[in-house]
Amino acid sequence: MKFITNIISIALLLFVLQACGGESADQSASNSNETQEQGLSAFELEHGIGPVSERLAVDAELDEEMINRGRNIYEMKCEMCHNMEGRMVGPALGDVMERRSPEFVMNMILNPGGMARNHPEGQKMLQEYMTVMPFQNVKEDEARDIVEFLRQQAENN
Amino acid sequence: MNKLKSKKLRGLLLGAGFVAIAAFVFTGCPTQQNMLDRGDAAQKVYVAPGEHDEYYGFFSGGYSGQLSVWGLPSSRLLKVIPVFSQDPETGYGYSEETKPLFQTSYGFIPWDDSHHPHISQTNGDSDGRWIYINANNTPRIARIDLKTFETKEILELPNTGGNHASSFVTSNSEYVIGGTRFSIPYEQDLDVPIESYSDEFRGALTFIALDSETGQMDLEFQIVVPPYNYDLGRAGKGPSSDWVFFTTYNTEEAHTMLEVNASRNDKDFIAAVNWKKAAELVRNGHGKQMPGEYYHNYYPTNQGYAVSEVKNGVTVLDTRDIDEDFIYYLPTPKSPHGVDIDPTGEYIVGGGKLATVIPVHSFSNMIEAINNGRIVERIDGIPVLDYDATIIGEVENPGLGPLHTEFDGRGYAYTSVYISSEIVKWSLDTFEVVDRIDSYYSIGHLMITAGDNVNPDARYMVGLTKTAKDRYLPTGPKQNHPAQLYDISGDRMQLLLDFPTIGEPHYAQSIRADKIKPNVAQIYEMEDNDHPYAITRINENRVERNGNVVRVFMGATRSHFRPDNIEGIKLGDTVYIHLTNMEQEWDVVHGIAIKGMDNAEILVAPGQTKTIKWTPKRTGIYPFYCTAFCSALHQEMQGYIRVSAANSDVALTWKTGTN
Ligand code: HEC
Ligand SMILES: [Cu+2]
Repeated sequence: MKFITNIISIALLLFVLQACGGESADQSASNSNETQEQGLSAFELEHGIGPVSERLAVDAELDEEMINRGRNIYEMKCEMCHNMEGRMVGPALGDVMERRSPEFVMNMILNPGGMARNHPEGQKMLQEYMTVMPFQNVKEDEARDIVEFLRQQAENN
Repeated sequence: MNKLKSKKLRGLLLGAGFVAIAAFVFTGCPTQQNMLDRGDAAQKVYVAPGEHDEYYGFFSGGYSGQLSVWGLPSSRLLKVIPVFSQDPETGYGYSEETKPLFQTSYGFIPWDDSHHPHISQTNGDSDGRWIYINANNTPRIARIDLKTFETKEILELPNTGGNHASSFVTSNSEYVIGGTRFSIPYEQDLDVPIESYSDEFRGALTFIALDSETGQMDLEFQIVVPPYNYDLGRAGKGPSSDWVFFTTYNTEEAHTMLEVNASRNDKDFIAAVNWKKAAELVRNGHGKQMPGEYYHNYYPTNQGYAVSEVKNGVTVLDTRDIDEDFIYYLPTPKSPHGVDIDPTGEYIVGGGKLATVIPVHSFSNMIEAINNGRIVERIDGIPVLDYDATIIGEVENPGLGPLHTEFDGRGYAYTSVYISSEIVKWSLDTFEVVDRIDSYYSIGHLMITAGDNVNPDARYMVGLTKTAKDRYLPTGPKQNHPAQLYDISGDRMQLLLDFPTIGEPHYAQSIRADKIKPNVAQIYEMEDNDHPYAITRINENRVERNGNVVRVFMGATRSHFRPDNIEGIKLGDTVYIHLTNMEQEWDVVHGIAIKGMDNAEILVAPGQTKTIKWTPKRTGIYPFYCTAFCSALHQEMQGYIRVSAANSDVALTWKTGTN
């Protein structure tokens, strides 16, 4: 029990410590989960909060060039924390495109601090992984390329 | 008439001065207090949590060798930028990348005395791109990049003894200047009797050209001048932009007990140098090549190692050899310390340290005197102009020991007065003192926000003082040096705050924050990392052996190192840990320290690669850890290195991740 409260207080501390992290689009911080969830639109609940605020047109067919670009950025800026299979600093990403929408993944990449602070899924993950994912200076089109790469990984699974 | 009066007064005041010093040293008591109501003063310096100050202040560290950055008006310390002294906190001067910055023709020098920071200028106003600062002891100038707030370059000045009259920048950053405080034989290894001072010793004024794109320094030429002490300098502005000015003292050419022997002459000189003319003479082949070994240390690439280039030879203009005039002496009472140019570029104010007046020369009078040949004598070919022809005013009753002057752009000048420990405000129109306020205690330089600019932004003034005594809670026989913040927006100067600083805050400059803030880098972009030992993707982490040299290509992310288990290091190995911070988020820093390492930690900013050298001396298991509190799992950010005997056959292996 004590362990749990410790964990929770560390998580709270983390919120406070990292509250000024990424240049998130959403800087509003509220105190309780209820108000945060209430503040989110149905789109945000499903697709995350951040610069991507509309559904994207995603072709069913994979784009080779995007995959290659996406892999390149992923190896440089993501691989140190994620495995395709099995947990590392962050969750496994081999099947993430089966679990999450492209918009959600892009918002996670582009606004990880805001997601951890203000999105119920982000909060849940933070409590599990105990590290806030950093914003890795990825541009929006690059995040889209990474999604393509992750889609390919999911297909290969 | 003024002069007659001042002569009589001088003796009187000098005597009084010594009494005042004595009184001062023993009591340090203020005579006058112009302090706002406490609540008003507090409100003026209050910057709410999370809000930013309006000005950056850059205070030299004096004998700390560093440069500190402050937010004004709150007077909060934002950062200490290490410049001339090693800094174990960041690994500056300990990491392999930064060690070359410390090389000089005298070897690796871990310390210096940094005095006069000066921000690069465009059209006579500080532009916030770079800041230059001088090293007083082993003569050098450093350039700090105001995108990253890091020292990027250090240039040694040859044939110079004590680079005090430095590092002032001309109004379009064409040059940064250096000047010898202690004249020495121009060829610096010359082994001659000290008695030969007048024959063998010379002064050197150095002109360093600045690259307009990169700010990089290039020692273009030196002027050799009579063996006086060249104390301070300033560049002209507006009409006087083509000129720089240096003060001299010790025109007596004393080489012992200067306190007495260099204080005999009624007047010394301000040297006015037409740098444009001098540069033209150099271009037209009037310079001669002289030997002079010096180091130029800088980063040739975006990241990676600084390099030390050894140079030899300087182009020298010798006033004894050149017929054309490009430097003039303006007689100035008495052992002048500072020389400061007002925002219009017209007034040249001397800080007559031992004088009873503040002498003000007129630039246009000076030009007229030159054109009309008002020359009273020549010294080594240098024309000495007639005092009465150049002087335009003498500020009476300035207090004892006027040193430095800054300007508010509204027609007033503010002079620091050391012995009587005060600041006097006087009119550039009437040359009369209009206000005065106490200093705590013994003020040296003073600084006005956006001062030494064509357009000063004269809201605040900072007095940089030499002793604190009773001003704060006592902390032993030596107190930290203080600074005072004054409000100068109204008619009268008002004291707002008194705060301790680092080292000796010798001189300072400040600039409106919005000139720097938008350009400040938040990360080193991984895509631009050209460090030869960087890893730009985590699966490049590895260990390589080449004879006795072992290189660890290590990556750091919150909250682990890769690799974090290394075996196969042997006694006799030199190990380089090249640590790349793989994060791209502002202010998430990692560091590394290894047990028993006879070196400092390194702190590595996001996207940066830094290298620490380690030569293990004993076998065993060496824990290493992240020295920066990087995340909640920071305590888990650790690893082990196994060190074996020189003849052991433990294979070189490295890994991370699976127990
Ligand atoms: C410093 C480690 C770190 C880096 C680098 C990192 N992440 Fe993460 N990532 C995490 C953590 C931890 C989480 C869990 C959320 C949290 O705690 O903030 C996460 C969560 C995610 C999620 C959500 C997974 C899910 O199941 O919903 C995605 C998608 C993701 N990361 C993608 C990336 C991509 C793409 C990059 C590179 C641009 C990247 N991450 C870089 C640590 C990291
Ligand atoms: Cu760390």
